Amino acid sequence: MSVPAPYYLGLSAVLFTLGMAGVLVRRSALIVFMSVELMLNAVNLTLVTFARLRGAVDGQVLVFFVLVVAAVEVVIGLAIIVDIFRSRDTVDVDDVDLLRG
Amino acid sequence: MEAVLFGITAVLALAGGVGVVAARQPVHSALALLLVLLSLAVDYLLLAAQFIAALQVIVYAGAIVVLFVFIIMLLHTRSGEGPRAGAGLPRAGAGVLCGLFGLALLALAAGVRETAPPPAPGFGTIQDVGRALFGRYLLPFEAASALLLIGMVGAVALGKRLRPAGDPSPGRPQAPPAGGPARAR
Repeated sequence: MSVPAPYYLGLSAVLFTLGMAGVLVRRSALIVFMSVELMLNAVNLTLVTFARLRGAVDGQVLVFFVLVVAAVEVVIGLAIIVDIFRSRDTVDVDDVDLLRG
Repeated sequence: MEAVLFGITAVLALAGGVGVVAARQPVHSALALLLVLLSLAVDYLLLAAQFIAALQVIVYAGAIVVLFVFIIMLLHTRSGEGPRAGAGLPRAGAGVLCGLFGLALLALAAGVRETAPPPAPGFGTIQDVGRALFGRYLLPFEAASALLLIGMVGAVALGKRLRPAGDPSPGRPQAPPAGGPARAR
């Protein structure tokens, strides 16, 4: 491992922060969703880095499960987005306020 | 060599990350996301995680991004953002919040042990990960299969809403709400 681990973790931290900024700032539900994927990937990079540091494969197994959950989440989330679009004609998260009191 | 490769992928991943957040059109965001995913796959290879790198390309870059692009195609006209309405988190506030959070994460990362001895031969191969998956992690693995099935059923149920009998119109079930944005044709 000729590149020190903190570099990988730093890249992961910056990517996670970018994803967080996307979730907070953007209003298109699709882009919010992509930002969530960005955050998931940042966490995956951290897991793989620590798996390499510890020489144990458990971190990579965890990444496998994150991949499975991410796939299911995307399928369900996009189905919900399409459903909202069909009934309300928008995917702007500020326009979808059915639960507002 | 390894350091150069890491530098290139890191720059590409960061550029892609900025692209996801900053792109005006959703399609550009999706392509930037693809760039991030592929760069990270190379990083996984550098970290001796071959199986995860292959999965990253197949599942993320292959399936998930295609799904995103497909949905963008379906929604096409209105998948962007309208002019800002109502009170939300101001951009500057969000930026400061994210900056502080990122600095805290970076400070944590800086304290980590730097290097590790070369891994045992075969570390991170399909065999290695598969052995762990079907050994210690057998129960979570089976639970993951159930989760995938549930996700599939849920997506079909959401996508194929049953309409009340006697409603002949196959189109959208209701008109857009009053005051809502008109559909651009």
